[in-house]
Amino acid sequence: MAGITTYGAYIPYNRLDRERIKEAFGKPVLTGEKAVANYDEDSITMGVSAALDCCKNINPQDIDAIYFATTTSPYKEKQCATVISGVIDSRKSVRTADFGNSLRCGSTALLAAMDGAKNGLNVLLSVSDCRLGAADGLNEVVFGDGAVSFALGNKNVIAEILDWYSISSDFHDQWRATDDIFVRNWEERFCVTQGYNKFMIEAAEGVMTKTGLKPEDFYRVVIYAHSTRYQLEIAKKIGFRPDQIQDSLYASIGNTGAASAPMMLVASFEEAQPGDKILFMTYGEGSDAVVFEVTKEILKLKYRPSINKYINTKKVTMNYEKYLRWRKLIITEPAKRPRQERSSLPEYYRNSDKNFALYGCRCTNCGTPQFPPTRICIQCQAVDKMEKYRMYGKKATIASYTVDYLAESLDPPNVIVVVDFEGGGRMFCHLIDCDLDRIQIGMEVDMSYRRLFVEGGIHTYFWKAIFKKH
Amino acid sequence: MAVGIKDKAAVVGMGCSKFGERFDCSLEDLMLEAVTEALKDANIEFNDIDAFWFGTYCSGLAGDTFSNRMKSQYKPVTRIENKCCTGTDAFRNACYAVISGACDVAMAIGAEKLKDGGYSGLAIPNVESDRTVPDLSAPAMFAFLGSSYAHKYGLTEKQLRGTLARIAFKNHSNGALNPKAMFQAEVPMKKILESPVIAYPLTLMDCSGVADGCSCAIITRTEDAKKYRNDPMYVKAMQIAAGPAHSERHQSYDFTTVKETCYAAEAAYREAGITEPRNQINLAEVHDCFTVTELTIYEDLLLSERGDGWKDVMRGVFDRGGVLPVNIDGGLKSFGHPIGASGIRMLYEMWLQFHEKAGLRQRENPKLGLTHNMGGTPYSCVAGVTIVGKELG
Repeated sequence: MAGITTYGAYIPYNRLDRERIKEAFGKPVLTGEKAVANYDEDSITMGVSAALDCCKNINPQDIDAIYFATTTSPYKEKQCATVISGVIDSRKSVRTADFGNSLRCGSTALLAAMDGAKNGLNVLLSVSDCRLGAADGLNEVVFGDGAVSFALGNKNVIAEILDWYSISSDFHDQWRATDDIFVRNWEERFCVTQGYNKFMIEAAEGVMTKTGLKPEDFYRVVIYAHSTRYQLEIAKKIGFRPDQIQDSLYASIGNTGAASAPMMLVASFEEAQPGDKILFMTYGEGSDAVVFEVTKEILKLKYRPSINKYINTKKVTMNYEKYLRWRKLIITEPAKRPRQERSSLPEYYRNSDKNFALYGCRCTNCGTPQFPPTRICIQCQAVDKMEKYRMYGKKATIASYTVDYLAESLDPPNVIVVVDFEGGGRMFCHLIDCDLDRIQIGMEVDMSYRRLFVEGGIHTYFWKAIFKKH
Repeated sequence: MAVGIKDKAAVVGMGCSKFGERFDCSLEDLMLEAVTEALKDANIEFNDIDAFWFGTYCSGLAGDTFSNRMKSQYKPVTRIENKCCTGTDAFRNACYAVISGACDVAMAIGAEKLKDGGYSGLAIPNVESDRTVPDLSAPAMFAFLGSSYAHKYGLTEKQLRGTLARIAFKNHSNGALNPKAMFQAEVPMKKILESPVIAYPLTLMDCSGVADGCSCAIITRTEDAKKYRNDPMYVKAMQIAAGPAHSERHQSYDFTTVKETCYAAEAAYREAGITEPRNQINLAEVHDCFTVTELTIYEDLLLSERGDGWKDVMRGVFDRGGVLPVNIDGGLKSFGHPIGASGIRMLYEMWLQFHEKAGLRQRENPKLGLTHNMGGTPYSCVAGVTIVGKELG
């Protein structure tokens, strides 16, 4: 039996009330909010956060393959799955792969993971997207940012994959050329009548024929569509009742691209019971249709991730100008400060244990945990008596802080905190996703993997503190 | 067993350029201004100086930055960089050189041209790293001291602000009387208190300025000093402490002190034979890069009891007319902080005070002075304490 063994999600803390877009351009827009990746978040950091959520139920050392799916990879050339591998602290002997270039890449990766699971592999998959629509367009309004993660295997399966059916056809509906910043669309009626509707029906009928299931046999149907309207229409055409249709989340977080249908799938697990069947359908140059059956193992998850928890943890105070600034869609006056220098890659690589999985070290002579890792103990000066000691996962509190209005930032002021880890170890880092007037010495924080800056084409990622949210 | 250098070296001449936004001056101009004054003061020829220790943080690299401008004739010139202790350490090395007998007359000179960079605040030279440590502005590095000092000693926001403002007020009021200072005007308390936040809890008026400047000293062995003058300034102690980042990495550190300063001060007091610093020291020039730095320095130099520094400030202990004036020349607050030049500039004030040349700032017969610098962050730095005296013994 192959299928999903556990899952996780990540939705950025910040939301843009679509009213702000309406105010900016004076046109009526869709109501609700869109989830907006902070200026230091991208598809990698969100994918990592979802993977860490997913790993709460599994031991990363047991993972055999790690897949990452996105249409918004920070790199055209350089893998991202290896970042996830490093941060979750998996074995080095894992197979890693990135899937991209299609809205359907999330389900493609899921089916590849399924193939691995059938062969006895434990596969971790993160799907993440943060696409841009041009200002004053429908895409900008509808798009949101987010990520989900699944672990697949053939033991302790909580949602078995009963069967699947794929349709592939070279069809231009939405696309981005290599130098495009924004998603482009062909005229809507052509896309819906000649592409979307046909592919979805064909895929749904294909998988139902293979499994012998009928629409009424399903607890939920997860269907991707560019807008809620087309989702409801196609579900009806295939034969589903409105109460079977999994909410698109477009009103609360927006269309998260490749992560959108997988996000709905995670949401459908929220209240699913053993025996429930779920039809999962993605779209993009065709469609993948996958049938899941929830097993009793879902009741045994020691931690059951909740999409609602992420949806409801939010800050909706940002204005449209801040959104433009975070996405670098407006050019702001640079600070009269020296330019950010790029990271030294040899040093970054030497410090991999620290930079990815947030390792410090602990002196076996005097017992002092310390960060960053070092060969000579800060406390007893013993040389080469260190053992690896991971700070991630330890309770973290603010020992001191400052709010820096001078340093360059896409969201000034920079809040810098000194974080003390329970048991020992101290690090200096940014505090992000916080409220300035609530910062206090002694306050507990969480650690979040973020992008520090991009210089020389090198994305430098590292850990920041965030307000504790859950 | 090391016995220290107390009274073994003496300063026979000093010079100090005007500090400020010297857009009309090159590094050569600034150095010539200070060196000319020092040579005249010591009544000595430039070519009679045997060796030079040239301190600069970021205005040049090797010793030839000095020699190719000042045309010193194939003499040894060592460039020194030790962050904000750069000038102090140039002075220390020059003293050691004459005491050792390696040379008879040495010059320590510190120079910095910061205003040519075009940045607001201090630009820190690039050192390769993975750059995962947050890029803090200099005020932010020291702002931790403010948050934590108030937290530890129970100061309200208003009390902390009042204390820091009082320090800024004091130093500007001293600088108003100093013709070589960058800022030569008193600043009203109201203006200080209304100043905008730069790095919470520090405001613009808690910060020292960015300036160009140069200062220098001519040093001989004590027994040779009388060849040049009868009233040299004697070096009593010079100590530098570089920290192991214990504070940065160990949770026992609470951001209300700078351990490097404590270690340097303890060693300097021992070398100079000082047992009651608050009573024995007549004047102190300390590293007020930010007002909150000065606040913690009082306690680290044992001039105030722990947690009482802020009360001593409010009582006026460190005022120009107080028991123990601190930064009577106006400090970094009034002079700005051309990194390499600041340490020797502090000694220059002791020089003026010992020679009754400090004008309206003159204290009555000061005999023992302390200067202090620290370069880096409060949690990992190099600190230097120098003690000089008007008399032997």
